[in-house]
Amino acid sequence: MALDSEKKQVFKVVGTRPARPDGIDKVTGRAMYGADATAPGMLVGRILRSPHAHAIIRSIDTSAAEALKGVKAVVTSADFGAPEDESIRDVQDNCMARGKALYHGHAVAAVAANSAVVASQALKLIKVDYQILPHVTDVDEAMRPGAPVVQADRAFENVAAGFSENVTSQCEFGHGDLEAGFAKADKVIERSFTTAATHQGYIEPHACLASMTPDGKGDLWCCTQGQFHVRTVCAEIMGMDASQLRVTASEIGGGFGGKTTVFIEPVALALSRKSGRPVKIVMTRDEVFKATGPTVSSSMDVKIGMTKDGRITAAQARLRYQAGAFPSETVTYGAQSAFAAYDLKAVETIGWNVLTNRPKEAAYRAPGAPMAIYAVESVVDELCQELSLDPLDVRLKNAADKGTKSSYGPTFEAIGLRATLEAAKAHPHYTAPLGVNQGRGLSCGFWFNFGGNTCVSLNINTDGTVGITEGNPDIGGSRASISQMAAEELGIPYEKVRTIIADTNSLGYNDVTDGSRVTFSVGLATIEAARNAIKVMCGRVAKIWGIDEDAVIWEDGCAKPSGPNAGSFDPMSIEEIAAISANTGGPIAGHFEVNADGAGVSFGVHLADVEVDPETGATKVVRYTVFQDAGKAVHPDYVEGQMQGGAVQGIGWALNEEYIYGKNGLLQNPGFLDYRIPVASDLPDIETVILEIPNPGHPYGVRGVGETPIVPPLAALSNAVSRAIGRRMFELPMSPPKLLKAMSQKR
Amino acid sequence: MRYEKPSTAQEATNLLATEPGIARVLSGGTDVLVQIKAGMIEPDLIVDIKNLDRIRDITPEQGGFRIGAAVSGATLGEHAGVTALWPGVVEAFELIGSTQVQGRATMAGNLCNGSPAADSVPAMVAANAIARIAGPDGARNCPVQDIPVSPGRTALAKGEFITSIFLPARPERAADAYLRFTPRTEMDIAVASAAVSLELDADGTCTSARIALGAIAPTVVLVDAASICIIGTKLDATSLEAMSEACSAACNPIDDKRGTVEFRTRIVGVLAKRAALIAYKRAGGRA
Amino acid sequence: MKNLHISTTVNGDQTEFVCAPDETLLDVLRNRLGLTGAKEGCGTGDCGACSVTLNGRLVCACLVLGAEADGAEIGTVEGLATGDHLHPLQSNFIEHAALQCGVCTPGILVAAKALLEKNPNPTDTEIRYWLAGNLCRCTGYDKIIKAVQIAAAEMRNA
Repeated sequence: MALDSEKKQVFKVVGTRPARPDGIDKVTGRAMYGADATAPGMLVGRILRSPHAHAIIRSIDTSAAEALKGVKAVVTSADFGAPEDESIRDVQDNCMARGKALYHGHAVAAVAANSAVVASQALKLIKVDYQILPHVTDVDEAMRPGAPVVQADRAFENVAAGFSENVTSQCEFGHGDLEAGFAKADKVIERSFTTAATHQGYIEPHACLASMTPDGKGDLWCCTQGQFHVRTVCAEIMGMDASQLRVTASEIGGGFGGKTTVFIEPVALALSRKSGRPVKIVMTRDEVFKATGPTVSSSMDVKIGMTKDGRITAAQARLRYQAGAFPSETVTYGAQSAFAAYDLKAVETIGWNVLTNRPKEAAYRAPGAPMAIYAVESVVDELCQELSLDPLDVRLKNAADKGTKSSYGPTFEAIGLRATLEAAKAHPHYTAPLGVNQGRGLSCGFWFNFGGNTCVSLNINTDGTVGITEGNPDIGGSRASISQMAAEELGIPYEKVRTIIADTNSLGYNDVTDGSRVTFSVGLATIEAARNAIKVMCGRVAKIWGIDEDAVIWEDGCAKPSGPNAGSFDPMSIEEIAAISANTGGPIAGHFEVNADGAGVSFGVHLADVEVDPETGATKVVRYTVFQDAGKAVHPDYVEGQMQGGAVQGIGWALNEEYIYGKNGLLQNPGFLDYRIPVASDLPDIETVILEIPNPGHPYGVRGVGETPIVPPLAALSNAVSRAIGRRMFELPMSPPKLLKAMSQKR
Repeated sequence: MRYEKPSTAQEATNLLATEPGIARVLSGGTDVLVQIKAGMIEPDLIVDIKNLDRIRDITPEQGGFRIGAAVSGATLGEHAGVTALWPGVVEAFELIGSTQVQGRATMAGNLCNGSPAADSVPAMVAANAIARIAGPDGARNCPVQDIPVSPGRTALAKGEFITSIFLPARPERAADAYLRFTPRTEMDIAVASAAVSLELDADGTCTSARIALGAIAPTVVLVDAASICIIGTKLDATSLEAMSEACSAACNPIDDKRGTVEFRTRIVGVLAKRAALIAYKRAGGRA
Repeated sequence: MKNLHISTTVNGDQTEFVCAPDETLLDVLRNRLGLTGAKEGCGTGDCGACSVTLNGRLVCACLVLGAEADGAEIGTVEGLATGDHLHPLQSNFIEHAALQCGVCTPGILVAAKALLEKNPNPTDTEIRYWLAGNLCRCTGYDKIIKAVQIAAAEMRNA
């Protein structure tokens, strides 16, 4: 058989917009999310949480709760072991405080009872003796020597001297001679910035249903971005073999990175093991805000030198990220991505992770990148203003391109930055007139994208239709995209393919749905699995025809002789081949397992127009356009959906969203009323322009698109607001009191 | 918790007056159910008043309207008569919460919740609205202005509840308006707010003004000092500026997660000025 | 706490249930009637994921007591389609990619239907304000607004 190993350029199914397979379930209320499952004899689990920001837990008396009628189990950290792996122990300690409550809302005990009412009553009967400790929630304060220490002995040795123990890690990236670079600049600007912690804000609270049996088997149903990761973590925490814990991912009501880890699953498993009954835990919104991962808050310094004609000569960033009460690597991603959009001769970024008495940070869409790039893109914009240069021209002049040695080390392959910048420049938005009190801002955005461990099973059913089993929860329409790629490769209609997401016992290990990896990685594995199935089918047909396997080709869903020399045979369709598979060697399937490389980095450019009310400081986004390289848009609607959704999350981050802590270290706004995610009436249409610069690492040229769109809005909005009010802003969110104050200082 | 749904005001009063534990009136439930969910209150008795006679009615009375205590925002907003007579009250009430909340929320509930940031309260105070209260000693009337005592507390005695709110008649060339500031366009609590009710004479001169401010003091504030600035004027820039300053001067706000003292003080004057211009235009003046 | 016996109508069907006095209509729908289409995103009326109609009015089921459903008519997302025939809002939400994770979708569909019954020809701004109480974190709302407009046009021409 002969397969075309060249990049596929003409597509029949890829690039169309078919209906998603989960659509009808989701519009009729049938789709089953985390909280929608039930089990016979199910108990209600509830979690008691620390009312203090930082406190030693001297003792926990659960006797009264255990004695309450209807209570079937109570657990505390004493019910958990001590996993050897430090990162798993951190997850466990975050799920259930051990010895010390590290933040307001940290879990300290949990109950399972026969009703929600009894469970709530039982929580009130648990007596925790706390010794309150001094706390710290601000990143800069936490770094100072003498600050309250959140966790001792967690700092790596490479951390520079002069910081408190809360500074756990330090990272450095860059190349070139900074001093010489700055000396060449006509203008050097150095600024400091802060951003607030923001929450992923998925509408579905975390929920799970755990069922452990006395023979050591477990079943777990939960809303997660990665059932295999949940299994790894929970099995280790529970001391179970992976084979004995089956994890099924429910439909997921939004994740954005926040459901890449566990918060309640080990607790539900422990309660189920202790009670001998299935236990369901559903978080309240208040718990979601207090105890699940927001992103980091940051404090940053950026210094950039530029020549009069707009060439950047040197660039430097210092990033201080607080990631809550546990060590985190997010600052590394920030330090790597800060200057990724620029081709620089001299660049340096240094980042520090800092512990505070806040919840353990979790990934949030391009984790670490939005804040660093916000700071960089703000300084670039200020330089453009100071030197009277067009901000798009300056970015084009300095744009990273194929062959550029990136600021974080690797040399870029084909990338779409220049094309997106040129598309933005050519778009009518860029030259549209602005009204009174309006300003226009732009920003580049970047994300690495990821491939990772992927495993796909593709079965040719006996009627010639196709079932695909993959292992990544669908958070943006991936089931449709996967089916499209299989249909494309097999030459059959989209409707003949159904893709499902397997539980952990039905498929090999798959990495979490993160890093914008699924359409790229699972797509790649699906295409390869289809090719394997085609190879099997061509082999079967070759036997029937009595010719060489190489003399059979696959075209339009049929096996055909490769040419006149191969012999004269009528093509055999996939249906015909499948129908007689029992007589030709048995069921036909294709599999593919890979740790995928070559994800292909992603760039985007956003244009934002805002209007700021000079009397109140209120900002209205009046026009917004997103330009992004998708490599190849498999389902353009869903690519646009990622671009629009990410942009709006970034708009919320820029304008109103923030974790607000009081002087007492308690979270002030754990609800959707005061944690203000954008509502429909806050927003204009979000225009989208998809660029397609093929990724050489994927058979169809696909790049991940999910994360990059949240990166540019922060600086695009800040630059737009700064230009509208004639005063530069250095702090997010740009809430109205801050803007009004800034405007009055100008006068 | 017990749930009772009495069919007479007397019955409701008796239930509320004789409950030894915590009793709450339920009409729209958009505050009380949130408080229960948040664990702020654990009532022993809920008295659902929606079964009472006329409690869901809007009734014309002496040129004005009597609004039953269980009339929702959605129902009030659809009432052409009230909307024409008191557009500011209606717009204030309709700003509360979402469309969903509007399907349930009531003005009486907004008032009894006792929040300094309640949207409909400044508008009702500017309108000189009168609440009718049922209680163990029978019915009584009380100006809306006198009902909030402090954040979360009202002048209602045990066993008392509001059965209706009366919006009085208006002369021709009169109108009101309400504006609030929130960081989002919807789904927020007012950071500061201003309600302005005006009456004009034939040539557009303001003859009477009531200006009430919300979220800038422990309770709604009626600012006579601000009204004086515009009475006798056609709301020229100078008198509006003076009015705006008088509003800012009347502030006694707090710093909290929703806004700062400085911010509230500044924007309440802006809101009052803008609301006054809207009311003026509605009343037939030409600003 | 004594349970109450409630008679009501859900999606046109006579329904009876018992509930605790402090139990919300949302808990009743989800836990007692098996209607899990309405979701609890916040429990405090801030997200709209539990939107249902109560006697024709759009409400948050989390802000209604189960007891208040006595004698009332409740409409949920499960009642939108007629047999196997989807409501135009449902089909257009699928066709125009107005949903991603889908957890806000039931509430948005119920809310949008209530809007179009009141105003068959809304402007984009009217749709945006009407739906301001329905939080969506995936889509940025753009495709939702467009799908509602397309469904509205289809319903006007039906």
